[in-house]
Amino acid sequence: MLHLLNDEERRLQQAAREFADRDIAPQADAMSREGRFPAALLRRAAELGFLGMLVPKELGGQGQGNFALALVLEEINRACASVGVTVSVHNSLATSPILRFGSEALRRKYLPLLARGEQLGAYCLTEPQAGSDAAALVTAAVRDGDTYVLNGTKLFVTTGAEAGLYIVFARTDTAHKTRGITAFVVERASPGVSVGKVEVKLGLRASHTVEILLQDCRVPAANVLGEVGEGFKIAMHTLDGGRIGIATQSLGIAQACLDAAARFALAREQGGEPVARSQIVEQKLAVMATEIEAARLLTYSAARLRDQGQPCAKEASMAKLFASQTCNRAAREALQVHGTYGYLEDFPAERFFRDARVTELYEGTTEIQKMVIARHVLKQYAG
Amino acid sequence: MKIGVLIKQVPDTESKIRIGPDGSDIVREGIKYVMNPYDEYAVEQALQIKEKVGGDSTVTVVSLGPASVGETLRTALAMGADRGVHLKDDLFAGQDALATARALSAALEPEGFDLLFAGKMAIDDNAAAVPTAVAEMLGMPHVNLVFGFTLGDDQRSATVRRRIDGGEEVVECALPALFTCEKGLNEPRYASLTGIMKAKKKPIEEKNAAALGLGPEQVGPDGSGARRTRILPLAERGACKFIDGEPREAVRQLVQLLRGEAKVI
Repeated sequence: MLHLLNDEERRLQQAAREFADRDIAPQADAMSREGRFPAALLRRAAELGFLGMLVPKELGGQGQGNFALALVLEEINRACASVGVTVSVHNSLATSPILRFGSEALRRKYLPLLARGEQLGAYCLTEPQAGSDAAALVTAAVRDGDTYVLNGTKLFVTTGAEAGLYIVFARTDTAHKTRGITAFVVERASPGVSVGKVEVKLGLRASHTVEILLQDCRVPAANVLGEVGEGFKIAMHTLDGGRIGIATQSLGIAQACLDAAARFALAREQGGEPVARSQIVEQKLAVMATEIEAARLLTYSAARLRDQGQPCAKEASMAKLFASQTCNRAAREALQVHGTYGYLEDFPAERFFRDARVTELYEGTTEIQKMVIARHVLKQYAG
Repeated sequence: MKIGVLIKQVPDTESKIRIGPDGSDIVREGIKYVMNPYDEYAVEQALQIKEKVGGDSTVTVVSLGPASVGETLRTALAMGADRGVHLKDDLFAGQDALATARALSAALEPEGFDLLFAGKMAIDDNAAAVPTAVAEMLGMPHVNLVFGFTLGDDQRSATVRRRIDGGEEVVECALPALFTCEKGLNEPRYASLTGIMKAKKKPIEEKNAAALGLGPEQVGPDGSGARRTRILPLAERGACKFIDGEPREAVRQLVQLLRGEAKVI
């Protein structure tokens, strides 16, 4: 895709690639096996500017858009999807809503902290009874003077244990479903915030996914993002960027799968020649490479639309849908190309296979993406 | 302090190098070019000295080569160097270390650097000749293979450690002087995104042979003392063999191969 990049974009991609290859890749297997959150790597990413991609320069960030962020995320995810999701959530789900919907005061207060990586960001939307039906959330936010008191449980919060700032969606009005939700910036240090269960997952093991418990948690009224009752709209707008993020994660993982499969196939000999000479293996690699290229173009096109300020919900969903399915197919085939070696921890194929699986589940399941896309498609014909 | 760094653009060590049909050069197409790894230590050292001394200290990076060298100069600027000088001329094509040193010295002479750093050698030709020749032409002392560097308090001398067989040597040197850098001297920083953005605005001056006051008989093949006649490939390594099966049987096969094929036991 180099031909579509200008000089500045190529340099950004190169910088991210070097960080991924030199700093992340050598530790990726160990981090996954140990389930260790790589705090030092995140600090390094902050120093290099990767945690402030979308923040304006005057507030200490890189002043870049979603396209540049996608270039960076693809490289990071190719080395390690756990670091990738952490950086993705920090930029797309935590920083972005404050940037887009926060008051001037909130932006000045929190964006520099996020850009410098002094605080990591996390996103609290999902609850035990509210997954695909996010609007069914019940975490309550009750006004008391100039604060809100929050009570509830949030699930599956990426980086929840390490983050200092959460974007929390809570119900300020029980009479209306989607219009009764408000978005808040909640500091981890607030009284009443605690980290609950740490999930044991199939993959993304160097990213910690936790429950966040809010018990009479007091949040200043000034910390409301946008307007009271605008929360669901903010959540959906933010998820469009998040979906592009997961699409690029899928690209990174898929590319890593292709790299591993091709290298293995060229090295492994059976019947006196590399297995890469077999038409069966050739076909697998051809399909993998083609689907990755298609997914890549869908993803970067959606990112470009978002940067242009255009509606991109359909395109972001298409990118997330196709890229996540591509990466799961690529991971399955890469493991298959490795034969039984693919089943061993000694080779990276099994980590890619486990990491890939979540991309069809979070930030909207594959089934939800198809619903979103269908709605947009039919709208075009409904007249 | 005014600090200069000599850098060279070389093929990435991961590139597959193939010899051209007439054996005179490698195939240049499709090769990824990077800053010579030893030059990274040189740039880093220069930046560290600049940061330590402060004031109006500057770091200038100088390189000779074709248009693509601009990228490598930009990388150094992104790391934190202040300006670049690119010696570029078709007349330089096919020249040896002597002619390159002559061109570099002509560019460095009017600058009046207090300190010059270079990588110990370039990983493409392993010649390790240019920095020393440059120091000689500039009439400067030089110390090579430096893996420890301390600037004197008066900023007019330096104490360095260099590798020698079986140990190390401590050398004191008056400035201005040229030092070639060995692995372990420092940990080269990589460019932050902010550095990359800032680098776009930093100046890179281009100079050709005429601007350096050099005629065609002083550069290129005519200005060279040595001429490379042929490049030959290394003996090929075989692909990796995987040995499957029951441990006892696999070991039997391995021993057979080590004895019969690799001939190491």
